[in-house]
Amino acid sequence: KRSRESVVGQLNAAVAEFRDADDEEFWERVEEVLIASDVGVPTTAKLVGQLEQEALERNLTSGKELRELLIEKATGMLEGPVELDISHEPTVILMVGVNGTGKTTTIGKLARFLPVERVMFAAGDTFRAAAIEQLQTWGERTGTPVIARQRGADSAAVAHEAVEAARQSGTEVLLIDTAGRLHTKSNLMAELEKVRRVIGRQLPGAPHEVLLSIDATTGQNGLRQAKMFKDTAGVTGVVLTKLDGTAKGGIALAIRNEVDLPIKLISVGEKVEDLHPFDARQFAEALFGDL
Amino acid sequence: MFETLGERLNKALDGVRGSGNLTEDQVKKVTKEIRLALLEADVNFRVVKEFVANVRERATGAEVSKALSPGQQVVKIVNEELADLMGGTAHKLSYAKSGPTVVMLAGLNGHGKTTAAGKLALFTRKQGKNPYMIACDTYRPAAIEQLKQIGKELGVPVYEEGTDAKPEEIAERGIKAARDGGYDFVIVDTAGRQVVDLEMMDEIKRVREAARPHSVMLVLDVVTGQNAVEVAEAFREYADYDGIILTKLDGDARGGAALSVVKVTERPIRFASEGEKMSEFDYFYPDRMAGRILGMGDVLTLIEKA
Ligand SMILES: Nc1nc2c(ncn2[C@@H]2O[C@H](COP(=O)(O)OP(=O)(O)OP(=O)(O)O)[C@@H](O)[C@H]2O)c(=O)[nH]1
Ligand SMILES: Nc1nc2c(ncn2[C@@H]2O[C@H](COP(=O)(O)OP(=O)(O)OP(=O)(O)O)[C@@H](O)[C@H]2O)c(=O)[nH]1
Ligand SMILES: [Mg+2]
Ligand SMILES: [Mg+2]
Repeated sequence: KRSRESVVGQLNAAVAEFRDADDEEFWERVEEVLIASDVGVPTTAKLVGQLEQEALERNLTSGKELRELLIEKATGMLEGPVELDISHEPTVILMVGVNGTGKTTTIGKLARFLPVERVMFAAGDTFRAAAIEQLQTWGERTGTPVIARQRGADSAAVAHEAVEAARQSGTEVLLIDTAGRLHTKSNLMAELEKVRRVIGRQLPGAPHEVLLSIDATTGQNGLRQAKMFKDTAGVTGVVLTKLDGTAKGGIALAIRNEVDLPIKLISVGEKVEDLHPFDARQFAEALFGDL
Repeated sequence: MFETLGERLNKALDGVRGSGNLTEDQVKKVTKEIRLALLEADVNFRVVKEFVANVRERATGAEVSKALSPGQQVVKIVNEELADLMGGTAHKLSYAKSGPTVVMLAGLNGHGKTTAAGKLALFTRKQGKNPYMIACDTYRPAAIEQLKQIGKELGVPVYEEGTDAKPEEIAERGIKAARDGGYDFVIVDTAGRQVVDLEMMDEIKRVREAARPHSVMLVLDVVTGQNAVEVAEAFREYADYDGIILTKLDGDARGGAALSVVKVTERPIRFASEGEKMSEFDYFYPDRMAGRILGMGDVLTLIEKA
């Protein structure tokens, strides 16, 4: 909250100072606000460039108009499809991302979030200590069956078994957890490709969604994460997590702009109800918000 | 998309070569690129501002040696300033003179506390200590089980009371159990939390008061962005840490947040965690960080030789 206030405070001051669109100092301060939210230099430059030009063209003179234009531009940049494709029988959703970003928690919440009755979890993280038990706890919490093997088992084999079980049981959506992995580790990224391959062979078109969890506190490295996971894991959408903290998740803007992946969901806490569809306008307003 | 600072400096100073003194114009061009590089490395924008101003002042009129181009000369200055800021030398652990040394870990969700607990246990055992761990995360599903599995793998005992007891009470009783058992290094694992959650922040304060640790470490993921400074300040207020464990250094994040946090809180980074294996943990060597932040290890070795 404090950080939001301070950033908003800055922009507020900037907007109050706004005299006319070619006030250079003013633009520098808008730039600063964006950088402070992790939007990153290239995307900030683009946004400010667009804003500046349009402010001049439209001869905007009030801070209020400018603020609205800024929110409008950011919204435009952030917009994208948010629906999850769950039209298959069964639909298979694979959760991927770097370590500790919120994959397992998001899967737990999705059981409640998705508008279906029969959900199943697969404990595809066979690596991290108690990753299986963690998912099983979420299974108990949400009344979801969990397919699991012992720690150290082959992740692709767990996924294979789960797809089979999902088919047999008339499960509507199967959610597969995977171990956290840094995008720079090629052997681990290859393992993910194997999981994809195995379930794709078993069920053509699967996985139908590959969701990448990105922690909102992430700085510019989020761009690399998004790019690498998109290229090697076929990511279809991003889940932005831990937005209940002080980070504003400006990296989402950079990802939208530079990597072209839609943001589909946001996570705002550790409880089962803390998952929501991404709303571009709301997000933009929160970024430069209640000015 | 990911141009290195070295490449960008070459572009900025295309054609500018030779010795003499750095002109204001040259310095301006170079510091602009350095500002960008630091921002892309997630150094806090306020810290960048101050830092670049310092560099500009130091570099303007500075003498260029024959061995270096003007760009390299500025980078050399930047590198020196960075290393200086990071705190120079490694900060080693110190142990209590009598009774067990107690270390408490704190930090945001998922930054690597529980893993670091295990790593620290192994690290101290290699130094001849007899470690013991206490599970005070009563919130995250299977957090206790995670620490127990890590403990089992390492052969380090874990004290736990399930999820119903209060973390501060678990800590207090756990430390007593460690003392009674003759263990001389105790690690207190705590739940991940967000700094806006004041109830949870009050809790970490209570755990600290109950555990009276010799040292508190903030566990911080190296990918953290601009927000790091605020997080570090809030944890300093509630958990009063004296050092930082920087995690996930095995990735390709530049880690500018680390610099910002050290600058703002004046707490050193003590340990580097770089992998998921328990042995991938060591003291943090600040001088190695400057090249990483600038994204130009290669250029720096060249400059260091000059
Ligand atoms: N405050 C907050 N915490 C969250 C959120 N999402 C996840 N967490 C917490 O972040 C930590 C890590 O979450 P996990 O779901 O285990 O993350 P993961 O990506 O599965 O981690 P690995 O499997 O170890 O790579 C846990 O403490 C979660 O409770 C969120 O939206 N807000
Ligand atoms: N690659 C890599 N992964 C790490 C490192 N340190 C921790 N991890 C991983 O990061 C994830 C989160 O680590 P934890 O130790 O569970 O983090 P935590 O801070 O205890 O999480 P919470 O208790 O949920 O807040 C796990 O997947 C760890 O294996 C590291 O240095 N490198
Ligand atoms: Mg997980
Ligand atoms: Mg933990």
